[in-house]
Amino acid sequence: MPLSVQAALNVLACTPEWGALAKEIGGDKVNVYTATTALQDPHRVEARPSLIARARNADLLFCTGAQLEAGWAPLLQTQSGNARIQAGQRGYFEAASVATLIEKPQSLDRAQGDVHPDGNPHLHLDPRNVAKVASALAERMAALDPPQAGYYQGKDKDFQQRWSAAVSRWEQQAAPLKGARVVLYHKDLSYLVQWLGMREAGSLEPKPGIPPSTAHLAGLLERLKREPAKAIVRSAYNDPRPAEWLAERANIPAVVVPYTVGGTEGAKDIFGLYEDTIARLLAVAR
Amino acid sequence: MYRTLLCAMAVAFTGTVQAQDTRGEIESLKRRVEELEKKSAVGPRSGTMNPDISLILQGTAARSSQNPDDYQITGFAPSGGEVGPPRRGFSLGESELVISSNIDPYFRGQLIVALTPEDEVEVEEAFVQTLALGRGFTLKGGRFLSGIGYQNSIHQHAWDFQDAPLPYKAFLGGRLNDDGVQVKWVAPTDLLVELGAELGRGRSFPGTDPNRNRSGMWSLFGHVGGDVGANTAWRAGLSYLKTSPEERAFTDLDALKSFSGDSKMWIADFVVKYARTFKVQGEYFRRTESGQLTYDDTAAAAPLFGAAFTDGYSSRQSGWYLHGVYEFMPRWRAGYRYDRLSHGSMSNGIVASGAGPTAADFPLLMTDHNPSRNTVMVDWSPSEFSRIRLQLASDKSRAGVTDNQALLQFIFSLGAHGAHTF
Repeated sequence: MPLSVQAALNVLACTPEWGALAKEIGGDKVNVYTATTALQDPHRVEARPSLIARARNADLLFCTGAQLEAGWAPLLQTQSGNARIQAGQRGYFEAASVATLIEKPQSLDRAQGDVHPDGNPHLHLDPRNVAKVASALAERMAALDPPQAGYYQGKDKDFQQRWSAAVSRWEQQAAPLKGARVVLYHKDLSYLVQWLGMREAGSLEPKPGIPPSTAHLAGLLERLKREPAKAIVRSAYNDPRPAEWLAERANIPAVVVPYTVGGTEGAKDIFGLYEDTIARLLAVAR
Repeated sequence: MYRTLLCAMAVAFTGTVQAQDTRGEIESLKRRVEELEKKSAVGPRSGTMNPDISLILQGTAARSSQNPDDYQITGFAPSGGEVGPPRRGFSLGESELVISSNIDPYFRGQLIVALTPEDEVEVEEAFVQTLALGRGFTLKGGRFLSGIGYQNSIHQHAWDFQDAPLPYKAFLGGRLNDDGVQVKWVAPTDLLVELGAELGRGRSFPGTDPNRNRSGMWSLFGHVGGDVGANTAWRAGLSYLKTSPEERAFTDLDALKSFSGDSKMWIADFVVKYARTFKVQGEYFRRTESGQLTYDDTAAAAPLFGAAFTDGYSSRQSGWYLHGVYEFMPRWRAGYRYDRLSHGSMSNGIVASGAGPTAADFPLLMTDHNPSRNTVMVDWSPSEFSRIRLQLASDKSRAGVTDNQALLQFIFSLGAHGAHTF
């Protein structure tokens, strides 16, 4: 961005869902750049040169936190020479700082896989978290750009209304999913499962962050024969093969959900993300 | 007894209350759970520990057709670093302890200590860097991996091969980590443009740790980088390193040879990565040295000349490597590397003057040999924190000899989740 349009807040969002939310709240007062796409595993991103360049000019670095971006976001802070986005500054905001996290590990032992000490970081798939993050984000944007404070607050108010209406609608639509047993790929859909009252019947990864192995999948297949599940659900960025392998043998459908904005055609924004996810789950749960 | 009584009461109770009350009760319970959730929700911490501590454990099991103790890169002045192949048989690699943390809102510090298999402790890096200068500036001071080239600033445990490419071995003694200061500036553009300068003591090769009240090394480097599409990222750079070695000595044929003068080096580097599954990197080095060379065999048991000779010396030598790594299935990677050095041109005043020693008395320096090497590797990473690698190499570093090497390497990291540079 040329220096002349610095009037707008430059937001560097770590992941697509937060990029989309920043657009909802910031409207035309912000320039949003999203560091990753929905087809990239958010755990396995690198602090690539273009991100350091974007971090250099960012007024706000907006990440998930809870160690999700631990492998790369700290490098954007230390290598960009940007004092505004350092930890503890107003220009660094973590969604996890205002959200309610689940699955906080009892013990921190990597024998349990890649455990996140603050809890499961994939918190954007609980719409109640999205609402909390949106309000906190509006406050943060207002603090960074006081002349537009009213604008951000207005945008938040409007968003909250539309969001709560949408959430009620989704909860109604998703009623048939209640109690449905699903196999997940990773713990990245735990919030969704919990919100919709579904039940997790196992995960393709033997431990968080450890890719599926043949032995583990075979064990899962045995278990599914005894206690069947409705579907195998994976995120758009996951390797499709393990889910397809198991779906074929267990004779249950495999379904792809967008996980984040841009993961599927339908997930164009944060509303579309939820709509498309629920539609895809309903299509196989019936 | 109690339990049955309670159960009976519960049944009686639920039997009598109306459905409406139950709903009300559920609602109030829901509220209480939500309140509890709020209370127990802990804000995220900047790291799991303060400071972040991690430990890297490494080891190798190696075999080679030539004795690693005889390792030399013929045609090039020895760089003094630990550049030879690993010892034959089982051996422990360097265990690295990494401690880093923000110090306050203005500074960040990092220490990397290597415990060598010889039971020595080496400080690889110990530096502080600024966080709050702003405007794209970062200042670093202490001992740190220099920003020149591409691989130089990458820690050894994150390399794609067990050892450094030949130009790094010949021209930098493996890598450059001087004591000094570095200033870096990132331009306010969407394309990454990063410029840096370093001033150091020149404590290691190609410098010689002069006992002087001035710096013995300075460098300049620039990097540009960006994306092509959603999945391809690239970076290219150009660096210049200037050192002023004084009596940089090595022994060859029982005679002490030493060089004093200027050493200037250019490095051009690039790296391209595709979606974290494919990566190509390469670097080209060109070094010119000019000054005085000394030949001195007075200390030898059977001196050939029994005198010291000093005369003008200059050389222009170069080297490059190219390597590609491909993740052919999750957790599995394969890579190939080719590296080559060019002996280049060399003028030795002692030989030219005909006063005494001839080219044959400088076999290590003056043998016109272009070392080269082919390396392949396959590695398997059970998780992000462990890696086991098989590496095979055919190494023609020594003139007229091919050293066939095979090694198995393990790299494990414990503790805080490390962040690796691009």
